[in-house]
Amino acid sequence: MSSRALKTEVPRLTKVPLSVDLKKNSIFLLMVAPAIIYFLIFHYLPMSGLILAFKRYNHVDGFLSPWVGFDNFKFLFVSGAIGRVTFNTIFYNVIFMFTCQFITLGVAIVLSEIRCKGFKKIFHSLMFLPYFISFVVVGAIVYNIFNYEFGLLNTILKSLYKEPINLYEMPNAWILILTFLNTWKWVGYTSIIYLAGTTNINPEIYEAAHIDGANIWLRIRYIIIPSLLPLMITIMLFQLGAILRGQFELFYNVIGNNGTLFEATDVIDTYVFRMLVFNFDIGMGTAAGLFQSVFGLVLILIVNYFIRKYRKDYALF
Amino acid sequence: MIRQSKDEIAFKIIGYVYIIIIAMLCLLPFILILSASLTEESAIFKHGYNFIPKVFSVEAYEILLKVPGEIIRAFGVTIIVATVGTAGSVFVSAMCAYALSNKKFKYRNKFSLIIYLTSVFSGGLIPLYILMVRYLHLKNSLLALVLPLFLSAWNIFLLRIFMGEIPQSILESAKIDGANEFTIFIRIVIPLSIPAMVTIGLFQALYYWNDWMQAMLYINDKFLYPIQYYLYSMLNSFQSINTAVMSSGVVIPRIPTESIKMAITVIAIIPTVILFPFIQRFFVKGLTVGAIKG
Repeated sequence: MSSRALKTEVPRLTKVPLSVDLKKNSIFLLMVAPAIIYFLIFHYLPMSGLILAFKRYNHVDGFLSPWVGFDNFKFLFVSGAIGRVTFNTIFYNVIFMFTCQFITLGVAIVLSEIRCKGFKKIFHSLMFLPYFISFVVVGAIVYNIFNYEFGLLNTILKSLYKEPINLYEMPNAWILILTFLNTWKWVGYTSIIYLAGTTNINPEIYEAAHIDGANIWLRIRYIIIPSLLPLMITIMLFQLGAILRGQFELFYNVIGNNGTLFEATDVIDTYVFRMLVFNFDIGMGTAAGLFQSVFGLVLILIVNYFIRKYRKDYALF
Repeated sequence: MIRQSKDEIAFKIIGYVYIIIIAMLCLLPFILILSASLTEESAIFKHGYNFIPKVFSVEAYEILLKVPGEIIRAFGVTIIVATVGTAGSVFVSAMCAYALSNKKFKYRNKFSLIIYLTSVFSGGLIPLYILMVRYLHLKNSLLALVLPLFLSAWNIFLLRIFMGEIPQSILESAKIDGANEFTIFIRIVIPLSIPAMVTIGLFQALYYWNDWMQAMLYINDKFLYPIQYYLYSMLNSFQSINTAVMSSGVVIPRIPTESIKMAITVIAIIPTVILFPFIQRFFVKGLTVGAIKG
């Protein structure tokens, strides 16, 4: 009986005409309208522009340029360009991720243990400072330190009676420099997130371990690190999902258009940018961008699948 | 109070040293730039940049003070873009977030999905560029500096979390008094969400303040350069400092380009460094909430 009652009720609920629904929600619809229109124009419309990846772009026809099928992709793969920049992008992101997480975790653990409020506040603020400055300033710092003629590094080398070195001829040195700068920029920011995580530690468990004679190293190993692990995994999974997105601003300000360094430092974002601004090869650049977006989306779906499986509350969707 | 064991002392020493080293590494580049800007040009050529000026000189700042026009204009552009962009962005985001947080809004999940998808898939740089330049004709317009960064899914969802926590009873009682949803939003939700909106607003303002990429893409006209791109152009072109000084009509026999580069960098950083102590707690709060709830 009850099931029949349900059956008769359900259609009545869903059969409210659309116009009535729209009217009932009209104020809400007006309230989301500006944001939705913005996203449609500046995010969804460009997505449709991805068809340029299959076209030979010319300025007269714009989006209506002639189709060339997969020619742009063929060239990207055959020339090896996409392989190189994809490798570099993943390579840097993995190195960045591990160094930054590792150093930041250390900062958060130490700061959570330090009782001296003044010290904690001042030194943590100093670490947060780089987050607030632009990457252009990071570029100025790099110029100041590594510039061949007047850079600090060569100033120091000269004062030690050593030969000055020209880092702009040493592509591999920039792996270290970029990793350092990335950590430099983000250490304060990320440590705040971890420090927030340490406040979730149950103080009773912590005190109990203390009284039971667990020394500081044991407490870090068995209480603090395990309690930060979920947060760490979540952060790393998010970064894994974004592993194909380069930090354009970092790379472009530090490396610029320094051709000799491209082999070791060109990432997808800088490649796409150069295709647009210097080579005017819209088709090729869009193809690389499409590759990045699609591959990136697949990665996010995979990562999300695993988060869903193991830590459902952290899943993105 | 438990007496400190050897382990605790060892940990403290290692810990303090570790923190001090990292904090110093974060600070030193700033000192380096400040020092370079205060070094006499010939000393830079002779000895290179250093932590302490070999020969102290404020010449670079004196010259920049004589020709402040371009820098002031660049700051002006940045201030206009950052205030208008941030105010607009926070208002539109908050309005959208309130509607999405309200359970009476039937389509809230559909619209949330539309917004969410933009954070996992994008058309990339080039299609957006062509849209902006060819179809919207925004090259050399201040809107080109505002629009590409205007809204983000992340900000809207963070505000939605905050607004979902406003007690329903308050909203209900306003409803009974005859207020419509928009009035409720303006009169009740906004005042209650000020802390959240300030936090989001500061993140957005910093984003605008430090942006140079939109200017690189969409601005050719020197009068519309924001401060960061102005700095970028000064750092990256040998000619721009000379032309900037010459075009102002001030005659300076030998222009100290190397120290001027660093002096402009210092000037560009100053507003951020001055505001930093006052605004950083909002960022800390925003990140903490984001870490726990996001």
